[in-house]
Amino acid sequence: MSEDELTIEVDGRSIPARKGAMLIEATDAAGIYIPRFCYHKHLSVAANCRMCLVEVERAPKPLPACATPVMDGMKVFTASPYAVDAQRSTMEFLLINHPLDCPICDQGGECELQDLAMGYGGDVSRYAERKRVVRDKDIGPLVQTDMTRCIHCTRCVRFGEEIAGLRELGATGRGENMEIGTYVAKAMSSELSGNVIDLCPVGALTSKPYRYSARAWELQQRDGIAPHDCLGSNVHFHIKGSKVKRVVPKDNANINETWLSDRDRFSYQALASEDRLLTPKIKRDGEWHECDWEVALESVADRLGQIGIEGQGDRIAALASPSSTTEEFYLLQRLIRELGGNSIDHRPRQVDFSADTTAPLAPCLGVDLAALEQADAILLIGSNTRHDQPLINHRIRKAALAGAQVIVLNPVDYEFNFPVARKLIVPPSQMPAALGGLAKQLARDAGSKDDVQAELSAFDVSEEHESIAALLQDADRCIVITGNLAERHPKYGQLSTLAAIVAGASSANYARLTDGANCAGAWLAGAIPHRGPGGRKIVDTGLDADRMFDSPQAAYVLLGLEPELDCIRPQKVVEALRSSFVVALSAFHNASLETAADVLLPIAAFAENEGSYVNSLGQWQSFEPAVRPPGDARPAWKLLRVLGERLSLPGFDAINCVDVTRDIAALCDGAVKPSSALGTVKIETPQESSGKPEAVLEIPLYATDAIVRHGEALQLAPQHNLDSVYLNQSTAKQLGLKHGGQAVVKGDGAETVMTVVVDDTIGDGSYLVYAAHVGATAFSGAEQIQISKA
Amino acid sequence: MATQTTKLSAHARGVIDAALEKYPPEQKRSAVLAALHEAQHDNKGFLTEELMDAVADYLEMPRIAVYEVASFYSMFETKPVGRHSISICTNVSCMLRGSDEIVEHVEQSLGIKIGESTEDGRIYLKCEEECLAACCAAPMMMVDHVYHENLTPQKVDEILAKLK
Repeated sequence: MSEDELTIEVDGRSIPARKGAMLIEATDAAGIYIPRFCYHKHLSVAANCRMCLVEVERAPKPLPACATPVMDGMKVFTASPYAVDAQRSTMEFLLINHPLDCPICDQGGECELQDLAMGYGGDVSRYAERKRVVRDKDIGPLVQTDMTRCIHCTRCVRFGEEIAGLRELGATGRGENMEIGTYVAKAMSSELSGNVIDLCPVGALTSKPYRYSARAWELQQRDGIAPHDCLGSNVHFHIKGSKVKRVVPKDNANINETWLSDRDRFSYQALASEDRLLTPKIKRDGEWHECDWEVALESVADRLGQIGIEGQGDRIAALASPSSTTEEFYLLQRLIRELGGNSIDHRPRQVDFSADTTAPLAPCLGVDLAALEQADAILLIGSNTRHDQPLINHRIRKAALAGAQVIVLNPVDYEFNFPVARKLIVPPSQMPAALGGLAKQLARDAGSKDDVQAELSAFDVSEEHESIAALLQDADRCIVITGNLAERHPKYGQLSTLAAIVAGASSANYARLTDGANCAGAWLAGAIPHRGPGGRKIVDTGLDADRMFDSPQAAYVLLGLEPELDCIRPQKVVEALRSSFVVALSAFHNASLETAADVLLPIAAFAENEGSYVNSLGQWQSFEPAVRPPGDARPAWKLLRVLGERLSLPGFDAINCVDVTRDIAALCDGAVKPSSALGTVKIETPQESSGKPEAVLEIPLYATDAIVRHGEALQLAPQHNLDSVYLNQSTAKQLGLKHGGQAVVKGDGAETVMTVVVDDTIGDGSYLVYAAHVGATAFSGAEQIQISKA
Repeated sequence: MATQTTKLSAHARGVIDAALEKYPPEQKRSAVLAALHEAQHDNKGFLTEELMDAVADYLEMPRIAVYEVASFYSMFETKPVGRHSISICTNVSCMLRGSDEIVEHVEQSLGIKIGESTEDGRIYLKCEEECLAACCAAPMMMVDHVYHENLTPQKVDEILAKLK
């Protein structure tokens, strides 16, 4: 027994307990159940429901197990007549005002109050007076309220304060008039709001999209992996018949703990979207015709084969969504490479690929999340983790609350839900210079090699740089992170190299957070133009996601993409697709895909698919189909396999998905952990600021990929007005714009008039425009955008 | 979210700043009661959502936390009320000394019930929940923070007439 441990006796059993732990933690660990409502292992102790009262020897009254610290040798009775009497009395109080509407309550069957009422409640209520009634509140499209059922455990309130970092719910009023709510009519805006549904022990907070559509006991539970960010949260799909009725988190202490982001929780609605592509379609003379698989695959194989025979195989390009499975990436790159090309990519939002050749085997965090939580300093470069990876952000928040110094370098002063120690908010073009100054200072202090220092000599070091450098040097455990915004940056190669230098000189870990769910899988499977599976050398580097659309190729294979929304330069992509043969494997149909494509092949979306994702922790997470895909849709890996087979290409004979996984794992040489070694490119002289305001292209929280865009409730969630342009007071003045006025925003052929919103979170010299949402203007990259007064 | 602090008058901000002096700088929210008092006083006796937001932003605390405090304490009014606030004590001592008649008299002469305000916005008849601690001179009532003791209907009429 270690020093931190002591022994207590519960119901005559001796059990170990951590010193300072509450009684309920020790009994939970020992498998002794004490009833509770307000206690939750990841929230602070409130001790306000009193359900967990137990008898403690020599205590003059029953004590709440959740708020009673253990003491060596203490004797506890959880089920003695004295304890049970206290628990029964508490239950009677709780039931006084609780409505008897279990038959029409969505929580029925999985309700903690219902379950405990079975064990501790009386058969008949002694309370004959009127029950209290609380008016329901509308707190948005995701969470349904029935506040009469609330028992005031305050789990949801504590969640907002402690986990979401955004206190939106509170207990207003007093005594019998106390109510849980937002007080003012408003929708919850936290990106983690759906977790209050799981936390609520009664039916006061339930899922709005799921409401009245199934009963808990009718549902079957299947495991899955969330497909929207590079964390790969573990989920349970709850299925009735052939439909996913809801998604709830599956506990995984190393990944998502017990939480789930709203994006991962509610995107399942897209599976039943009216826009699902249900049958293969072929375009003949500009008209779409539905056809069977035989015809569709035959025509694709014929056409691609023909291009190959004509010696044009290297002019077949493929672009896949970064949330495709590793198996899909692998088979797709194999198809392209066996046909003679190398133009395959998975990064439709990246424009600078200069760091590709020296990049490590795959992008990753390089540390586990427990280590991230214990960091002393975190430098975030081009990253809005709160939107991009909400549950990695939660770990950064934990670190920040424990005292870590968080430093951000962004063009926008994003609203983080934790204290930020230092901010460098500069226009996009000045980000390399801002990071370069820091790198120069750190390299000088660390005595880095002369050639590194020489490369950095052109940067200016400001006082702010010096003080941030000192902060990073003082930290024992330091992590430098580049995020999604950095990956989209036109000088990503520079940013990542400078980030690596900063990390190296401050003994920090360099971590990369990436777009989509499976960038790491794409790199390992070889869905990149310059390397094969497992990082194998490719002699003839193909075209990257940007260059493959510079001029039309002979054919394009698109996987899981809505090109005009997913590609950062939609203008030129749509242009190139128009004059080529385009095969689109897609779960959805839309007008622009129908204009661009020649063959549409319906594929399975996440819960219907099988395969694996590699998350930013380097974990391979496999999943099996939870439901059948609708109509004639098939898993993409099967379609790619059949195509390869029909083209008589070698290596397409795996019958099962796991065989493909095994092939990839073998090619990765058992290297299941992506390396976090650093890649560097030559440092350029920093760009002078032109003084002209620059555009920041922002991907909205609920427009990250096709599935999210088809999630009905998510689309109703409160977001910024996506059709406005945002800038701060001084930039507005510089451009002669006023809040509420009109501005012309144009870029490379696209032009639109937007309403001006003055927002002081936007940095000086930048303005923010949203992309990727349905109805977004098709600008071609942020650099080309210009703004003027209407 | 645009900050609302400008909704507080310069005077109110001065009073809040003075209250903030008493607390450590990282515990600004300790001044919430003082701030709400002043904001309410400044606004002729009641709080608005805007004012509560202003207090929240000024003290750098979540807005809902200010709503919680304001809705919990009976000394804060979160709905518009008349500019003079009358609280008639109806606790044990006052009740034994005839506070019920005083309440009835006031209700009749003003034409409103406890908890309501007169239509001209002159008087708010507050529902006082607790003993106001003037038992030795019961029955009593408090008008705009001033105690009036040993009440009789005539005395009450005189007091009410003086309220403009």
